[in-house]
Amino acid sequence: MAEVISPAQVGQWRPGDAWLGGGTALFGEPRPHVTRLLDLTTAGWAALTWHDDGLEVAATCTIAELAASGNDIAEKCCHAFLASFKIWNVATVGGNLCAALPAGPMIALGAALDGTVLLQGPEGDRTVKVADFVTGEGATVLDEGELLRSMLLPAGSLRSRTAYRQGSLHAHGRSGVLVIGRVTADDGLVVTVTAATRRPYVLTFAERPGAELVQVALAERIPDDAYVDDVHGLPAWRRHLTRLYAEQVRAELAP
Amino acid sequence: MIINGAEHDGAPRPGQCLRTYLREQGCFGVKKGCDTGDCGACTVHVDGVPVHSCVYPAFRAAGRSVTTIEGLAGDDGLHPVQQSFLDAQGFQCGFCTAGLIMTTAALTEDQRADLPRALKGNLCRCTGYRAVADALAGRVNVAEPAPGAAVGADLGAPAGPDVVTGHARYTFDLDVPGVLHLKVLRSPHPHARILAVRTEAALAVPGVVLVLTHADAPAKLFSTARHEHPTEDPADTRVLDDVVRFAGQRVAAVVATSEAAAEQGCRALAVEYEVRPAVLSPAEAMAEGAPQLHPLSEGNVVAERHAELGDVEAGFAAADEVYEETFRTPRVQHASLETHGAVGWLDDDGRLVIRTSTQTPFLTRRALAVLYDLPEDRVRVIAGRVGGGFGGKQEMLVEDLVALAVLRLGRPVRHEYTRAEQFTSATTRHPFTVTVKVGARADGTLTALALRVVSDTGAYGNHGPAVMYHACHESIAVYRCANMRTDAWSVYTNTVPSGAFRGYGLGQVSFAVESALDELARRLGIDPIDLRERNVVGPGDDLTAPGDHVDDLTIASYGLDQCLDHIRTAAKSPAEQAPAGWLVGDGMAITMIAAGPPGGHYADATATLRPDGGFEIAVGTAEFGNGSTTVHAQIAADALGTTPDRITVRQSDTDLVRHDTGAFASTGVVVAGRAVLDAARGLHALLVAGAKGAALTETVLKELAARAGRPLTAQGHWGGSPRSVAFNAQWFRVAVDPDSGELRILRSVHSADAGTVINPLQCRGQIEGGVAQALGATLAEHVDIGPDGQVTTVGLRQYHLPTYADVPHTEVLFADTDDAIGPLGAKSMSESPFNPVAPALANAVRDATGVRLTDLPLTRDRIWWALRASGSAAESS
Repeated sequence: MAEVISPAQVGQWRPGDAWLGGGTALFGEPRPHVTRLLDLTTAGWAALTWHDDGLEVAATCTIAELAASGNDIAEKCCHAFLASFKIWNVATVGGNLCAALPAGPMIALGAALDGTVLLQGPEGDRTVKVADFVTGEGATVLDEGELLRSMLLPAGSLRSRTAYRQGSLHAHGRSGVLVIGRVTADDGLVVTVTAATRRPYVLTFAERPGAELVQVALAERIPDDAYVDDVHGLPAWRRHLTRLYAEQVRAELAP
Repeated sequence: MIINGAEHDGAPRPGQCLRTYLREQGCFGVKKGCDTGDCGACTVHVDGVPVHSCVYPAFRAAGRSVTTIEGLAGDDGLHPVQQSFLDAQGFQCGFCTAGLIMTTAALTEDQRADLPRALKGNLCRCTGYRAVADALAGRVNVAEPAPGAAVGADLGAPAGPDVVTGHARYTFDLDVPGVLHLKVLRSPHPHARILAVRTEAALAVPGVVLVLTHADAPAKLFSTARHEHPTEDPADTRVLDDVVRFAGQRVAAVVATSEAAAEQGCRALAVEYEVRPAVLSPAEAMAEGAPQLHPLSEGNVVAERHAELGDVEAGFAAADEVYEETFRTPRVQHASLETHGAVGWLDDDGRLVIRTSTQTPFLTRRALAVLYDLPEDRVRVIAGRVGGGFGGKQEMLVEDLVALAVLRLGRPVRHEYTRAEQFTSATTRHPFTVTVKVGARADGTLTALALRVVSDTGAYGNHGPAVMYHACHESIAVYRCANMRTDAWSVYTNTVPSGAFRGYGLGQVSFAVESALDELARRLGIDPIDLRERNVVGPGDDLTAPGDHVDDLTIASYGLDQCLDHIRTAAKSPAEQAPAGWLVGDGMAITMIAAGPPGGHYADATATLRPDGGFEIAVGTAEFGNGSTTVHAQIAADALGTTPDRITVRQSDTDLVRHDTGAFASTGVVVAGRAVLDAARGLHALLVAGAKGAALTETVLKELAARAGRPLTAQGHWGGSPRSVAFNAQWFRVAVDPDSGELRILRSVHSADAGTVINPLQCRGQIEGGVAQALGATLAEHVDIGPDGQVTTVGLRQYHLPTYADVPHTEVLFADTDDAIGPLGAKSMSESPFNPVAPALANAVRDATGVRLTDLPLTRDRIWWALRASGSAAESS
C-alpha cells in the first residue's frame, strides 16, 4: 500500500486501486494487490438527503446515520448486521452494497423498497435497481473504475407497510435468511428474499396473494441451487425458513 | 493525532490500521484479537465515538482525538467502568477486558437495556459473560483481604488493577528496540514434497534480512506437544520440513524490518512442490494401501489400544437391554483471544531469551535447548500474562522458529500469529468418532460397555496418543461395570494437527457414553439420574478401565453423590414458560476427571520474606486467566498467617525456580499450589524459629529480614502423585422450536465437586467459563476442511464464538468435600466443567423432541434437519 488519495474522484481509478468507504471491510483482511486507496468519505457527500421522490442515501452514509434516520424498516435492516454498533459508526451503506454478500442488509433494504443505485464511472452515470445491482455472491454489475455514489429509496416505498423476518443460526447472528414484505401503493405485495439466496429475489404480486400462491411463486422463482450453502446455514433450512417467513410476512400484512 | 490528550505527530503508513499505529505509540492496552472487526478487543474512542481500531484507517484519525484504555480514567484513579469491572472481577485472562470497558463506557441507556445486542461485538472466551454482566450491573463480588480467612474468600486477582487499566503486559506488550518481523509462507497442499524454494526474489525485497527453509533447520525430529516426559508424544516434526503434511504447514520463513516487507518476501518466494496423494479422514488414512504420512509409524496409526476387563460378550448376553450408537465431534479451535506468538532476543550475556504466550515455559526451554544443542542455562523462556490458553498453548508452535531466526541473526525477532493462522496452522480439539455399545439389566445395572474410538490427530502426533488414552479412562472409569472393552486408534491425516484442548479427550468420549446411558435409561424406563446413581463408583472403589493405567489415582474425596442430588433437585423444579409450540425437555450428564496427569507433573516454588515484612512467592506456572495466582497467594497467606495483599507472586520465568512442568492438566491448584503450600509452610517454620516466641507482626518480620543478612527463603516441591479425582454434573432444561430448530436454554445447573474451594468466586468463574466454552462447541463451533484439505473457517465470522447473547446464566453449586491429597483439601476445577455439557444438552434435546442427535454441533439448521428427518418437524410445502 503506497498511497491514499483523499478525497478521491471519479476518473482517478487505475488498476491496483480500491475505493475506500468506511474501511471496515477493506482493512479487515489482507489485500496485497491493492496499492492505492481512493477515499470517498472526505468527498463531502451529505449522508441523507430528502427529495420529493425519495430518500437519497449517500454511499458514504454510515450505518449509524441510516439507523438514526427514523425509518423503521431501515433501522431493522441495520440490526440485521452481524457487526456491532461500533462498526456501524464507520461502515458505510455503499460499502455493504458493493461487498454484495448474501447477508448484506443494505441490499435487503434497497431491494425490498424498490431502491436504485447511482453508479458513476469514467463513461458517465447510470442508474440500476438494487435488486439487479447484485448478481451473485460478492458479484455486482460495477465496471472497473466505477463507483457507487448513492442509493435512492422511493418515497412511496418508505411510506408503505412492511413486515420483516430474519433467521440466523445464532441470536443476533449473521443472517441466514432475511425476508421483507411490502404492501405496494396499489395494494399488491412484494416479497423480497435475501441472505438465504446468492442474490436478491423480489417476488411481486399485483394483488394480495393467498398463502398457496406465495409458496408456489417461491418454489418456481427460486431454484434450489440458488440457496446459499455455507457455514451460516444448510440450504434446505434456508429454503424452509424462506418459505415459512414469507408466509408469516404475507399473513402479517394481510388486509 | 491526539492520543489520550497528548499530541502525536508521527504519520501513519497509508494502509495502516489505527490499532497498530496506537500500539506503535505505546498504547499496549489496545489488543489484537482478530484484526477483522469481530472481537472488539481493540475498541477505542475516536472523538468520543467507539470504534474497532483494527478496521479503522489510521490516516483518518489524523487531527482527531483518540482515547484508549490508558486514557480513559483521567488523573483521578479509575473510571467508574474500570472500577465496576474490578469490583465484579469481570475478567479472567483479561485480554478482551480493555475492549469491553471501552465499549461499556460508551453505551447509551438504551444500549445498556439490551446488552445481548449491544455487546455482540465483544467476545470473551474465558468468563461466559456472567462476570461481565455483573460488572455492567454494578455488582461487587470481591471480598477485602482479611486476617485469618484467606482460604475460602472471594478475593480479587492480584493483576486486576493492571487488567482494567490496560497495563497488564501480555506477550507483545513491550517495546523491543530493533525487533525484526518473521512471517511464514504456508503450504497450499495437504501433502507434498518441497523440491525447491527459490529465495532470490524474496531476499531482494527491501527490508528482508533472512529467509529460512528446510535447508536451514535442524534435522532433529521433535513434537510440538509439551509433556514432562517427551516420549509421550511421537517425534515426527521438524522446524521446517521438506515434506508438508497439511495445508497451512510452514514452508519457509521470511524475516524483515517490517511486517509488510516480511509478507512481501513470503509472496516473492517461488516454491516447487511434488504433490502427493492426501488422506483427509481417518477412514481414508486407515484404508488398505493409503498413502503414509510418516515413515516411522505403523500405517497411519500413531497409537492404538485394545483391551478388555471381564467378559464383554457375556456381559451383553446377560443384559436385558443393549443400546449401540456412533457419535461424532468436530474440530474445535481454542480461540484464545491472544493468538500464538513469541519475541526473542539475545541478552547481554548472549543467552537466548524467548518471551512467549505459553502454558509451559520450562518445557519449552527444554525443547529449545535440545533442538539447538544448547545447555538449558543458555536459554531463558518467559511468559508475560497469557491471553487465554485452554490447552492450545501446551504446544511449541512459534518458539522454535523465532529461536532459529534469533540464533542466526543475533537480533531480536518477533512472530505473531494472525487469527487466520490460528485456524489453519495451530491446533484443534481432536475430532472423535465413538461407537458405544452398552448393556444393562432391567434394574439399570450395567452389564457390559464397549467403546470403539477413532481419534483424528491430524498431520502430526502431538498429544495424539495421550489424548486417546485419557479419553478412554475417566469417561468410563466413573462407572462400576465388570465387563468393559476399549478399541481405540489415533490416526494421522493430512489435516491441521489436533492438540491438547480443555478436557483432553474426555469430553468427546463422554459425549458418546453419557448420551448412550441416557438412551439406555429411557429404554429401561429408569430416570437417567437413578441409572447413574446405580452404577457410579463410590468412595473406596477402584478406578478401572481397560488397559494399563498408572495406579496412583484414587478417590481421595467423594462428592459425586452430592452432585447427583443437586441435579435431582433441579430436575424437580417447576417448568419454565416456553413459547407456544416449542418442545421442552430436561437432560443431564456427569463426568469425572483426574486431578493431574499420570506419570508425574512437577512444580517447584519458593517463598521469601521481603525486607518490608511482606512475602514473595515464586512459581513456574503461567497465569492465563485460570486464577492460579490468586489461589497461590491465598494458600501462602493461610500458611504464613497473613493476608494475601502482603504477598507478591512472581511466575512463569525459567529464571525464577528450578522447574515447573506447566499450567496444564488441571494442575495449577493441585500441583503448583501444593508446592506453594510446601514452600510457605517451610518459610513459616523458619520465621517462627527465628522469632523465638514473638508474634510474627510486621515489625518482627522486618527485624527478622534485616537481621538475617540474606533473604530468608524456603523451597517447596510437589511431584503430582498420588492423584485424586474431581466430579462434575450438568443439567439443562431446554425448549426447541420445531419450525426453525432454534434451541433455548431455559435453565442450566452445574454441580461441581472441587474439594475445598479456595476461592469460590474464581472457581465459579472457571465453571461458568467452561460451560460457556462447551456450549460453543455443542451449539456452534466447527473448524471445517474443504475437499482440497484447506481449512475453510478461517475467521471469527465463519467460526462463531459464543457471544453475550448466546450464553445463559448457569447456577453453580459446589459439593461439600475435603480432599485428602490436594492442598488444603482442594481439587482441580478448570478443564472438567466443559465435559458434561454436550451430552447433557443433547439429552435434553432428546427429551424435548424424541430425536437422538449424535453429531456435534447442534446448530439450528441441523436440529431442524434431524427433526424433519424423523418426522417431528413439518417442512414448508
